[in-house]
Amino acid sequence: MYTETQIIKDTTQFSSNGHEGELVINVGPQHPATHGVLHLVITLNGETIKKVEPHLGYIHRSIEKMCESLTYRQFIYVTSRMDYLSAHMNNHACAMTVEKGLQIEVPPRAQYIRVIMDELTRIASHELWWGAMAMDLGAFTPFFYAFRERETINDIMEETCGARLTMNYMVPGGVMADIHPLFQQKVKDFIKLFKSKIDEYDELVTGNIIFQNRMKGVGLLSKEDAISYGCSGPVARGSGVSCDIRKLYPYEVYDKVAFDEVLENEGDSFARYMVRVREMHQSIRIIEQLIDNIPEGDFQAKTKAVLKLPKGEFYTRVETARGELGVYIVSEGGTTPYRIKFRSPGFSNLSALDHMARGSKIGDLMAMMGTLDLVIPDIDR
Amino acid sequence: MFSLEGITKSLQDWLYLNFNPTWALVIECLIVIVLAIALFAFLGLVLVLMERKVAAHMQIRLGPNRVGPKGMFQTAADTLKLIMKEGLTPDGADKFLFNLAPFVVMIVAMLILAPIAFAKGFQIWDINIGVLYVSAISSLSVIGILMAGWASNNKYSLLGAMRSGAQIVSYELSAGISILCIVVLSGSLSINEIIASQQNGWWLFKGHIPVIIAFVIFMIAVTAETNRAPFDLAEAESELTAGFHTEYSGMKFALFFLAEYINIFIVCAIGATLFLGGWMPFHIGNWQDFNHIMDYIPSSIWFFGKTFFLIFLIMWFRWTFPRLRVDQLLNLEWKYLLPISLFNLLLVTVIAIFGWHF
Amino acid sequence: MFIKEYLTDIYKGTKSLLTGMKRTGYYFVRPREIITEQYPDNRETLVMAERFRGEVVMPHDANNEHACTGCTACELACPNATIKIITKFDITPEGKKKKALDTFVYHLELCTMCGLCVEACPTAAIKMGQNFEHSVYDRSQLTKKLNNPGSKIREGVE
Repeated sequence: MYTETQIIKDTTQFSSNGHEGELVINVGPQHPATHGVLHLVITLNGETIKKVEPHLGYIHRSIEKMCESLTYRQFIYVTSRMDYLSAHMNNHACAMTVEKGLQIEVPPRAQYIRVIMDELTRIASHELWWGAMAMDLGAFTPFFYAFRERETINDIMEETCGARLTMNYMVPGGVMADIHPLFQQKVKDFIKLFKSKIDEYDELVTGNIIFQNRMKGVGLLSKEDAISYGCSGPVARGSGVSCDIRKLYPYEVYDKVAFDEVLENEGDSFARYMVRVREMHQSIRIIEQLIDNIPEGDFQAKTKAVLKLPKGEFYTRVETARGELGVYIVSEGGTTPYRIKFRSPGFSNLSALDHMARGSKIGDLMAMMGTLDLVIPDIDR
Repeated sequence: MFSLEGITKSLQDWLYLNFNPTWALVIECLIVIVLAIALFAFLGLVLVLMERKVAAHMQIRLGPNRVGPKGMFQTAADTLKLIMKEGLTPDGADKFLFNLAPFVVMIVAMLILAPIAFAKGFQIWDINIGVLYVSAISSLSVIGILMAGWASNNKYSLLGAMRSGAQIVSYELSAGISILCIVVLSGSLSINEIIASQQNGWWLFKGHIPVIIAFVIFMIAVTAETNRAPFDLAEAESELTAGFHTEYSGMKFALFFLAEYINIFIVCAIGATLFLGGWMPFHIGNWQDFNHIMDYIPSSIWFFGKTFFLIFLIMWFRWTFPRLRVDQLLNLEWKYLLPISLFNLLLVTVIAIFGWHF
Repeated sequence: MFIKEYLTDIYKGTKSLLTGMKRTGYYFVRPREIITEQYPDNRETLVMAERFRGEVVMPHDANNEHACTGCTACELACPNATIKIITKFDITPEGKKKKALDTFVYHLELCTMCGLCVEACPTAAIKMGQNFEHSVYDRSQLTKKLNNPGSKIREGVE
């Protein structure tokens, strides 16, 4: 019921802190703008943001703890549920860590397949981000166009890996199954389709004057700040930080293919947007170089039935669609890891949000969140 | 073809023949009320379905297609659902204003209906300052929105209502000036006389480029006035969940929803009347034969055809563009639309004085 | 100069907006581009990929024989304790006791369709089925027994 006391209590709450005129609103955990259960407590002065405070923990499933009770073959599938949009890269990082511990040589065929799958997943992830970000800005239609192309990738994944999103295709020593006979043809068809449709993206969103006004000069993150907040992936590259793991610490066959590390120096929302759009082109370029040259041979190295990592610590990192994912395993020599830690890109990227958002409008906050490309299960794990 | 021409005239003659003038007036009022409500309900159903279908086809989807043939009863089913739902009033809301707001918005939408000519001789109230009346009444809808936003006791609603206030008040200006262009050209504020002045061609074609600019500005301004995307800041769902009607549920929500669509219909009807000749068929100067053929199409078809074309245009905007930010929205109005429309009005006045239009 | 800039701004902005509208308009008038799959209606023509992981099934041949030896490799490989194998001892014609499968219990409600059990099976006794319509009214119906009643191990499978 509406009572006097309630009003009085509320006003005292506001005035006692000396923050008169401030409005505190909750965005999330149930809110159309947060893709997932991110909870942002925003302090506003009118429409202007004074402070953004992310609250986490709504989708914490203790994946790291869970992995400690699973064997080295089993724990890989759980990591698909972290950053579900780059499930392949997560699995890849885990498989690589185990291989590093066991000194397994991955057959070249498996390496090629892994890289192609990674890049396909990256395109799928960026497609979804593109659509969802346009939706954050109030344009609904791009979402469906993006999903049309993404669906093609999902179909390719389904045919070869057996699932559309959480593929669990990587196993220590290679991939779970050989590629489907139609895989190469379908990927080539997809590349053709994607190239014919990518212009639509520019027509609808990139060139749009409203969109450019919403993005340019908004959410500035300087190079120094990007480094000090530990940002990685397209967020850091949008600020001009060269941090592509594929380029700096090449794994699998990334040192054999020619591609550019996409860098933009503006550090605003539009720069981050352009980094991702241009990255899609680079991914296509990588796939084009590999798809016809998959070498014959085994798709999986011979491994023991029970994997036991030697005593020690193992760390690998890969470039997921969101940035640098590190997998750190401490082994006591048993069949299960003693401790496992994921360095997820989303968490550190989110930490820069408060710095970026201060002083801008609520509408801009949504644009910034869009360009950070947050996947909440990746942040919470 | 069914035509609405002259129906009102014969009905009035019949009523005055059989009843004394007072009762005839009362019966007329009743008929108008019933017709207005029926039109509202019908328009609500049709426009919501149209919006969903247009959106679906632009988004390479099918849209509703389960309820009835081609999904035609989908909106009727949705309305039924909304009627059945509980209309919640949140704790801490100002109950009186909270419950009043949807009706204020609805009544304002109903009032603007009065001077619109749906067909030749089919008009509720032929008021001689029709255009002024429409501009005056349409700015009242902001009161309902502010009321809803304030009374909800919700921060999202409050922010949405404040945005809406700033938006409607500023876009009123350029919409009004665009309307003024036509008033200057036709020399009358009466809707009927404005339509009659388009006997030999619509103002959009007769009035050279300045009228086209006025038309474009009018379309942009009314899109903003009806809180439609890309100007839907008052209910920007990715920022403020649902803006001023966040706390409304059930039929009270449906009234807001309905009022939005009725407002679209009305502003498009005004646009069609001023720029595209209302119920006036498509005439080209002195081509008597061509004009005769056009006259065979009933005037109501012309009116609704033009109105729905403009509605489609507004829907097209919505499903293509991203949303503006609140400061950009005001920039657009005060830095671009208003100066251009003021300058444009000057040009139109020159054209009208020298009689340069066709 | 200022006027020129102002007008170029307006021209460019309007042009970019019209390009976007042209694109949506293009799709509006082309119903053939629609990609909606009307799922329950297209059940007859819907073909799932051969490798699609919908559920674990145990294929039986015409003689109601399967290839499961009851070795519990799948049970050990499963990360979520989805599979429970109950074994029994058969008496072979030579009079020896031999371990054999009694019941293959499969908890569909726990399964994440990771496919590790199929990978682990040495005799290819189980595989992933393509059925994905798993909804039932009672949770107990999700606990399935994969080997048919009266089935036995195929001759020659060790």
